[in-house]
Amino acid sequence: MALSTDTVSNVARLSRLAITPERLPALAAELNNILGFIEQLSAVNTDGVEPLRSVSAATLRLREDAATDGNQAEAVTANAPEKSHGFFVVPKVVE
Amino acid sequence: MSTPYRIKGRTGDWELVMGLEVHAQVISQSKLFSGASTLFGAEPNANVSFVDAGFPGMLPVINGVCVEQAIKTGLGLNAVINTTSIFDRKNYFYADLPSGYQISQYQQPIVGEGWLDIELEDGSTKRIGIERLHLEQDAGKSIHDQHPTKSYVDLNRAGVALMEIVSKPDLSAPFEAAAYIKKLRGILRALGTCDGNMEEGNLRCDVNVSVRKPGAPLGTRCEIKNVNSVRFVVQAIEFEAARQIEILEDGGTIRQETRLYDSAKGETRSMRGKENAHDYRYFPDPDLLPLMIPQAQIDRIRAAMPELPEARRKRFVTQYGVAPQDALLLAEENDIAAYFEEAAKGATDAKLLASWAVGELFAALNKAGTGIENSPLSPARLRGLVELISNGTISGRIAKDVFALMLESQDEAAAIVEAKGLRQVSDTGALEKAIAEVLAANPDKVTEYKSGKDKLFGFFVGAVMKATGGKANPGVVNDLLKKALG
Amino acid sequence: MSELTALSLTAAAAGIRAKKFSSVELVDAHLSAITAQNPALNAFITVTAEAAQQAAKAYDAKPTPDALLPGLPIGMKDLFCTKGVRTTAASKILGNFIPPYESTVSANLAAAGAITVGKLNLDEFAMGSANITSAYGAVKNPLKANDDTALCRVPGGSSGGSASAVKAGLCLAATGTDTGGSIRQPAAFCGIVGLKPTYGRCSRWGIIAFASSLDQAGPMTRTVTDAALMLRAMAGFDPKDSTSVDTPVPDYTAAIGQSIKGKRIGLPKEYRLDGTAPAVLAMWDKAAQALREAGAEVVEVSLPHTAYALPTYYIIAPAEASSNLARYDGVRFGARVDGDTLDHLYENTRAAGFGAEVQRRILIGTYVLSAGYYDAYYLKAQKVRALIARDFSEAFKSVDALLTPTAPTEAFRLGEEPKDPVAMYLNDVFTIPASLAGVPALALPGGYADNGLPLGVQLIGNHWQEETLLSIGAVLEQAL
Ligand SMILES: [Mg+2]
Ligand SMILES: [Zn+2]
Repeated sequence: MALSTDTVSNVARLSRLAITPERLPALAAELNNILGFIEQLSAVNTDGVEPLRSVSAATLRLREDAATDGNQAEAVTANAPEKSHGFFVVPKVVE
Repeated sequence: MSTPYRIKGRTGDWELVMGLEVHAQVISQSKLFSGASTLFGAEPNANVSFVDAGFPGMLPVINGVCVEQAIKTGLGLNAVINTTSIFDRKNYFYADLPSGYQISQYQQPIVGEGWLDIELEDGSTKRIGIERLHLEQDAGKSIHDQHPTKSYVDLNRAGVALMEIVSKPDLSAPFEAAAYIKKLRGILRALGTCDGNMEEGNLRCDVNVSVRKPGAPLGTRCEIKNVNSVRFVVQAIEFEAARQIEILEDGGTIRQETRLYDSAKGETRSMRGKENAHDYRYFPDPDLLPLMIPQAQIDRIRAAMPELPEARRKRFVTQYGVAPQDALLLAEENDIAAYFEEAAKGATDAKLLASWAVGELFAALNKAGTGIENSPLSPARLRGLVELISNGTISGRIAKDVFALMLESQDEAAAIVEAKGLRQVSDTGALEKAIAEVLAANPDKVTEYKSGKDKLFGFFVGAVMKATGGKANPGVVNDLLKKALG
Repeated sequence: MSELTALSLTAAAAGIRAKKFSSVELVDAHLSAITAQNPALNAFITVTAEAAQQAAKAYDAKPTPDALLPGLPIGMKDLFCTKGVRTTAASKILGNFIPPYESTVSANLAAAGAITVGKLNLDEFAMGSANITSAYGAVKNPLKANDDTALCRVPGGSSGGSASAVKAGLCLAATGTDTGGSIRQPAAFCGIVGLKPTYGRCSRWGIIAFASSLDQAGPMTRTVTDAALMLRAMAGFDPKDSTSVDTPVPDYTAAIGQSIKGKRIGLPKEYRLDGTAPAVLAMWDKAAQALREAGAEVVEVSLPHTAYALPTYYIIAPAEASSNLARYDGVRFGARVDGDTLDHLYENTRAAGFGAEVQRRILIGTYVLSAGYYDAYYLKAQKVRALIARDFSEAFKSVDALLTPTAPTEAFRLGEEPKDPVAMYLNDVFTIPASLAGVPALALPGGYADNGLPLGVQLIGNHWQEETLLSIGAVLEQAL
């Protein structure tokens, strides 16, 4: 399944990576090289094989329900590039 | 069998096919995957852990109570509990989704198929299938109206546990959708798994609406997102159905899309921002392991299930003889039901007590804008009042006055009746005297009555009651009047 | 190396306990070495000299000789979040990130008495096998080949800074993380010891994630005994990590010196790849012979799905990474490049903040998860992964450990690395299978290439068999 530059452009948008149109052909070639490599897997017979869920035999541990975290708005927003009145700030989102 | 709901179009009748996705906020102290508090209304980003804010290296750990709540809800919906379920990541970028993915359940939810019954307008019931229930994280909140070019993001809500409850497309009228939501809400509240508060967004509905000619194949559906009241759900469906019918009757086609209900304008509109083709790239969250629920835990929860409104309503009718419409109101909410059952303890006439609770008491609570938890009358005081009616001490009419007085004091009904001398007069001598006076004062009415105007009997009863200050026993008055008027 | 910086971690602990030198002397010796050599090696992104000196003073004022790592200077891969100390993951996107929390592993080490002298360079977000993708510049291997005139070799990656610093004596030991070989391959390239523990042994809490189902922290040291000591301090159950396993931490150092007589060692025949350097094959044979001489039984075993480990890994790891790295969006932390809309802000921030290799992996990962391709790639890979894990559990029914090379070559020259990403990925061909299966693996020096550079040998064990690996590793260390 060779990727077209259109597909690469779509995947870049899904990934939120700005890619200039000039870079697309080279990038498509690189990605196709990698895809060609990983497509070896189609040769493996996996009929009736359950996909691996976890390498450990363990299952999910349940946490006790108690409010033990939070109340640190300052620390939560300390690294923010833009903040105001305790909120994170982003360009206006139109719904 | 009720008549099927139909919408009249220019080209004939249309029927509605709808399914509901309800997002119900789980009642818990802390979030689904972090220890931050779930309390509503905190300062911005106060109830946020670094896990909720998607900080580097932070990991989710699941809250056992949220799992328990989902199981309980599943059992309340007569559903299959899946002993193995998987948490997946739903990947998309959004300002209020800090990690760039929502932890949800996709292919293997915690709860599978179930059902609930709704009551239709004609009193019959209809079974609505439940497709699934899964646990997932809520998103944060973006505030768009504080700045001309900026949105503000508050993550207090991010990570709070939600149950997404998906119905089968079994709903075919706006009324049914409303009944479904009310029924579901009642179950959630009775179970204590969601408070059902739609105004605060703790219960949110997405409605999938499609129309078709009766018997035709399924039409294309549109999803109306986040409708936050039962009334709006009904309005949104009505608008959306009409919109789709008009398009189809004009020869157009319906585009499958996500729409928003604008309650101010009373219309649905396309959510343009969400139009970009979604590709959520679900995959099992590698930070979490499969959730295994031991059968013993399911059995334990099942054994401890509280009574649900529907069962309680039926029991109130059979056990207490409560009128069905009163039972509906008394059984819906846990605390109201508990109040009634406390009041009914040892009551001579529980049916009468029920109608007093639903009538006078609910009206008083409404007027005061308060709930049963702040009732000015304890269950025992209400019972005391109703007992005075049952044993003939006061009439229903007087009881209303006593009730009003009870709201303003802590006195028992009996004490008020004694103090105000409101005891019902059944003494025939006193009443015969009053009757004689009334008849003497209205000779023309007596003549009319005797010449066949039977309706005047009520006038005489009223006049006697008035003359006795309402204290006369109405039964005795009736008997004596009949005798006196020959 | 000065006398103090040449000590093993174990010897330094003994010296401190015997009061032969103070923690301040030890820390100062390493800080001096950093000052002298780091400009050439670029092993550290951040040096925390002042904090380290203060901690050393505090240790000397109130010594805790019973601690596992009493006042000993170590280095911390810059993937471990350190409270109040910039943590970059070697990425521009986290250039100004100061975590308000401390990773469990680094906290465990501090609690064991260790003193962090700085944050070590790595491949950006641990994606790489040569430590050339760091936004803070490539790391140099302190070793030179016979014909090298200057420091010009890569240290391997992604824990290249850790390997370089430990080899050069800039710290007594270092933390690494291993997703597909990121501890073991640089250990091989720099001629040190690296241990990737069983998945679930060390907490992932506070470690910046690359691929969550594979990431595992482990020690990088100059001796096998040091690896045992360091792992004991790092490991432990952590309720904050749902994949952490609640099993006690043994005294790993007790495994050192135990006889391996009667142990069965497997040589997986599928690891005998065409084109492997003769010196690597010779080293492998020599290591097998050494184990035979120590009384072990060496047998050939088969891990039939080995050839598919690499493509499996290059689906699963990028898929998880594409999701794990979605949080770097310029909103809550890290660098931001503005845009007229939120989406443009995201796109600009991420395009400027991530380097080429990270972007490539995000794109591959996004693609293999996308609608219509999930089953063919991701689901298929998880099925093959199950088969690979089954290969190992089958093999461990008949052997105690597997012996393999760590990397197919010695360290290559910076600038002479394969330009084709796929060729670069082949560096991890021997390390990735154990990562996919979640089993522990120990890499240690096994011999030399013709040019005098070290070659690594790898021991792979069954789940929770770190002690087996350490006892066999100690025997090999003596013999080779
Ligand atoms: Mg939905
Ligand atoms: Zn949902």
